[in-house]
Amino acid sequence: MYRQQILDHYKSPRNYGELEEPTFTHVGENPMCGDTIEMQVKLDDDEEEIEYVTFQGDGCAISQASASMLSEKLQGMTVEDLQELDRDDVVDMLGVDISPMRIKCAVLAEKVAQDGADIYFGELDVDKTTTEDDD
Amino acid sequence: MGTTESAPLAVEDIRADFPILEREFDGTPLVYLDNAATSQTPDQVVDAIVEYYRTYNSNVHRGIHQLSQEASIAYEEAHDRVAEFIGAESREEIVFTKNTTESMNLVAYAWGLNELGPGDEVVLTEMEHHASLVTWQQVAKRTGATVKFVRVDDEGYLDMDHARELITDDTEMVSVVHISNTLGTINPVADLADLAHDHDAYMFVDGAQSVPTRPVDVGEIDADFLAFSGHKMCGPTGIGVLYGKEPILDAMQPYLYGGDMIRKVTFEESTWNELPWKFEAGTPNICQGIALAEAIDYLEDIGMDRVQAHEEQLAEYAYDRLSEFEDIEIYGPPGDDRGGLVAFNLDAVHAHDTSEILNEFAVAVRAGDHCTQPLHDKLGAPASARASFYIYNTREEVDKLVEALADARELFA
Ligand SMILES: Cc1ncc(COP(=O)(O)O)c(C=O)c1O
Repeated sequence: MYRQQILDHYKSPRNYGELEEPTFTHVGENPMCGDTIEMQVKLDDDEEEIEYVTFQGDGCAISQASASMLSEKLQGMTVEDLQELDRDDVVDMLGVDISPMRIKCAVLAEKVAQDGADIYFGELDVDKTTTEDDD
Repeated sequence: MGTTESAPLAVEDIRADFPILEREFDGTPLVYLDNAATSQTPDQVVDAIVEYYRTYNSNVHRGIHQLSQEASIAYEEAHDRVAEFIGAESREEIVFTKNTTESMNLVAYAWGLNELGPGDEVVLTEMEHHASLVTWQQVAKRTGATVKFVRVDDEGYLDMDHARELITDDTEMVSVVHISNTLGTINPVADLADLAHDHDAYMFVDGAQSVPTRPVDVGEIDADFLAFSGHKMCGPTGIGVLYGKEPILDAMQPYLYGGDMIRKVTFEESTWNELPWKFEAGTPNICQGIALAEAIDYLEDIGMDRVQAHEEQLAEYAYDRLSEFEDIEIYGPPGDDRGGLVAFNLDAVHAHDTSEILNEFAVAVRAGDHCTQPLHDKLGAPASARASFYIYNTREEVDKLVEALADARELFA
């Protein structure tokens, strides 16, 4: 399950850190595992396209590699595309089978980014995303 | 009955009773080290279950027909068997529940909600399982009582001075895990029972990890309540035990109402059946209760002293082997003073990753907070990996665990 790609992103995360002027910042956690992710996103002037993404966090290889890979994938995507991502896209991105027990780790970053955008556009009102209320 | 010095377990013979241990995953034989969560079930117990369903399945206490009589007698005698196993006076003190958690909730509802109020205190420890921690926390919220926690020191032992400070005349209940399912600590429950009784409080012992792995005698501890689960001691799921001293159970209100637990019912009033049936409303887990008695026969044939010795030897061996890694943190007391489990974290590897990689080597361990979140917060780790041993485990299996861990380290280095 730990293909090279995941280990690589886990050991040398991409886009790790903070943006100078993020459009929005959002955090999430996976309470059962203690995984935490903070994503920062900078949108273009029209607030339609994602220009930059950074993340910080702590947790298992799946959760952290997923955030690292997602930070690369999101750059240049539209907010609309972001909202359309689902767990299958995340699993495809990771390129490995994710056991049912670990799916929450895998989708944490994706949910944080999506909820962050929803909060920014006034469509959601939460402080923190948790993977507990996942379906 | 054996003593601690007696002959070691005939592990090969024991393993032959557990066909599940012959399973292989992609050609690698299973190494089952998740026994603190659930133990495996020997053929003898499976056979008892099969025999029940094939030859005398029926409801208990309700039929005058032959099958119901057979089932009722076997089910009642299972209570006697459990009573004898833990040194209880009689079946009146043995209530069958679904598991340890339900046993605790039974006392929390039937006693706690009725007896506790503002100013009353319940003393727990920082190493309690959520089964007791959450339960007493909620009872306290509803009754206005206060919950206090005896500190765990850096080595993983209870701070007994702190216990003496916390247990006072305001204390109504002291509830302590006998063997911590995370730290492996063996707590001095008899001393704590003395303390509780000095202040007229009840002593509840969580025996989920101790009853399956060593001789436990309620008289020696002088426990007022003891709870444990069949599925951690060679029995099936769906059956647990609440032991309670007879006068205390007698004075307690029922917990669930319905059939079987009543004596006389009118449209206005009901009176309760005698112990233990007063607390066993509705059709119980008949087959599982009978199978638990069979599991106890199986364990006592081996001898609980020898089970304990085997557990302790494996725990010490595992502790020593794991200590060879310089970047490992092992939680709890030293190897020669713990129950049969070892929880740990490799520095650079999250417990879930560790367990996932061990799974690739067909080594089954538990990863998570083991239902002790506040304790993990205190340890500064959201999760840990835990290897836990039982009668069929071997040193070779511990070696396989260590080899697989070496691989995990390598991968993440
Ligand atoms: C110490 C302790 N207490 C309580 C429990 C709860 O047992 P059960 O899940 O069978 O109710 C467990 C097992 O998980 C345990 O290890």
